[in-house]
Amino acid sequence: MAEANGTATGVARDVVDTVLGFARTLRHAGVTASPDRVEAMVAAIAHLDVLDPSAVYWAGRLTLCGGPDDLDRYDAAFAAFFGGEAPRMRTSSGPERERVVQSAPVQTTEGGEDGGEPADLATRASGEEVLRHRDVGELTVAEREQLRRLFALLVPAVPMRPSRRRRPGPHGSVHAARTVRRALRDGGEVGRLMYHRARPRPRRVVLLVDVSGSMSPYADALLRFAHAAVRARPASTEVFTIGTRLTRVTRELRLRDPDRALAASGSAIPDWSGGTRIGEVLKAFLDRWGQRGTARGAVVVICSDGWERGGTELLGEQMARLQRLAHAVVWVNPHKGRLGYEPLTGGMQAALPAVDHFVAGHSLAAFEELVEVITDA
Amino acid sequence: MLPRVSEPTTTAPTETAPRPDLPGDPGALAAALEATGYLPDEGLATAAYLALVMHRPLFLEGEAGVGKTALARALAEVTGRPLYRLQCYEGLEASQALYDWDFGRQLLHLRAAEAAHEGSDTAALEASLYDRRFLLARPLLQALEDSPAVLLVDEVDRADDEFEAFLLEVLSDFTISIPELGTVRAETPPLVVLTSNRTREVHDALKRRCLYHWLEHPDFDREVAILRRRLPQVTEELARQVARATAQLRGLDLLKPPGVAEAMDWASALHALGARELDPDTAARTLGAVLKYREDTDRVHSLARGALFGG
Repeated sequence: MAEANGTATGVARDVVDTVLGFARTLRHAGVTASPDRVEAMVAAIAHLDVLDPSAVYWAGRLTLCGGPDDLDRYDAAFAAFFGGEAPRMRTSSGPERERVVQSAPVQTTEGGEDGGEPADLATRASGEEVLRHRDVGELTVAEREQLRRLFALLVPAVPMRPSRRRRPGPHGSVHAARTVRRALRDGGEVGRLMYHRARPRPRRVVLLVDVSGSMSPYADALLRFAHAAVRARPASTEVFTIGTRLTRVTRELRLRDPDRALAASGSAIPDWSGGTRIGEVLKAFLDRWGQRGTARGAVVVICSDGWERGGTELLGEQMARLQRLAHAVVWVNPHKGRLGYEPLTGGMQAALPAVDHFVAGHSLAAFEELVEVITDA
Repeated sequence: MLPRVSEPTTTAPTETAPRPDLPGDPGALAAALEATGYLPDEGLATAAYLALVMHRPLFLEGEAGVGKTALARALAEVTGRPLYRLQCYEGLEASQALYDWDFGRQLLHLRAAEAAHEGSDTAALEASLYDRRFLLARPLLQALEDSPAVLLVDEVDRADDEFEAFLLEVLSDFTISIPELGTVRAETPPLVVLTSNRTREVHDALKRRCLYHWLEHPDFDREVAILRRRLPQVTEELARQVARATAQLRGLDLLKPPGVAEAMDWASALHALGARELDPDTAARTLGAVLKYREDTDRVHSLARGALFGG
């Protein structure tokens, strides 16, 4: 078939048409099968038996997919387009667990003890999953002004860490290459030692914002803070919202315009003003992101009131795990700003042993303090 | 001219006819890999075959310990090519990945020339300083010079993104230009295997140039076959029990589910203790070979041990 008359790739015309049609189906399924990837698939088929469905399946999967997220969609599109059964459909749940999911529900663990907390707290911090999107109005002038001030506050404030990369410096360790290069210029005479030292890099900052019902008076301001933080350091800031689900909103918050960014993140968050399952959502975060690298050596900021329904034991366990991974754990509790506040809720009690800095987050002044804590963490 | 940038029309004759000593189809490659002790499934064999004939890098992702690095070794053995390995880490720089000048020897050379009073012709002296013999080739350059070769770029997700951009440049046309010496070009592009543990998302630009394959934990029969193949001293019964227990451990939602590498460690640990089959007691004693987190060990201990490792 490779010699069949037709296209430049040496593959019969109808094969190319079929591949193009399949690529279109795949794009509808949500896989970005870019033209160069499609070209690669045609080239791959030329090396395999075009009549063997399994060869076609693998040629496409190897060239058109770019990550584990794509594989299920690919399998579905393949089955739909070629009608027959896709060979070796993935049945194991291996990567499923590791799948990087935009927004994923976490299972409810039964048996959250209701009696432990005062009734009014228990009703407000419910484990029920209520899916609702946030109503996004235009920002008021005052809010815009607050955002601008936050941004100005955040730009110079970056926690730094030494990296393995080095840069020339007046002292540090001797840089043999530069020393000798200089000596070669001077006719082989080592006149002066050159030095280099570790180049500082921004430390990653991970914000976990509680968007459950009990946090609704503060969640807007916290998301604006998150937007300012992402804008200030897009490459080293990650933002997730927690409630009954874990949702990554970093991408949405990267939009420059605050109105658009907050609207986009609002429509990405499915559990706005719902219940709270901090422990489980934190576990989901650590399993999918944290342990793999996002939380390692990072400054992790959790913005929540600590009203937890899903068993405080799990929260304590996951907080300990987070503290072992992260460089510093900061807990922002808006209620802390109130006079006479004591961290009495079960969740807060369970989390506090693993928290390095416990700060308030109810006003701009409190945000200023938070920025200071993050910078010095 | 350049091996991979060229138009499809010109590549057809060289690409469609793999060299006679190379396997002619994925099945033959799978058989050859099996002969070296690596047991690939159909998808992996196809991926490796296409990487070989299309001169495209193979990008492997999957859990730790599913055999990503081992594949590169097996491919080197099958093709009879030398293997060059570049282990990535944060702060990896061009001088550690490509080449570096041997400054010490350059200095000595200069001093020697001075002592012999050859210093009059400075231009010639300078030219002699940047000779190939003063160049220290690092893995990427070695793989291009010693063509054809197998190049393993291990754990590319650990290097920082600056390095990725640079890798992209080398992998797209398989040339390295050294300002003082000229351009080094691989006669035959090396077979490149990149591995990633997904600790961070690798740029799409790099992935687009590669064949992407997600490696899964092997199914039960394949795992038993791998254990038997790699550890011939282990009895069939023990291999089956270890494979079954490992598969069960993978289903427990552990922090670090055990891979094939851990299963092999476990089987050989059990064998070293003289166990002929897996009983709860020896399993508990050797659990450190499979589980690498205290939380995981506690969890497994607290579950009914008998149910997990029972005969």
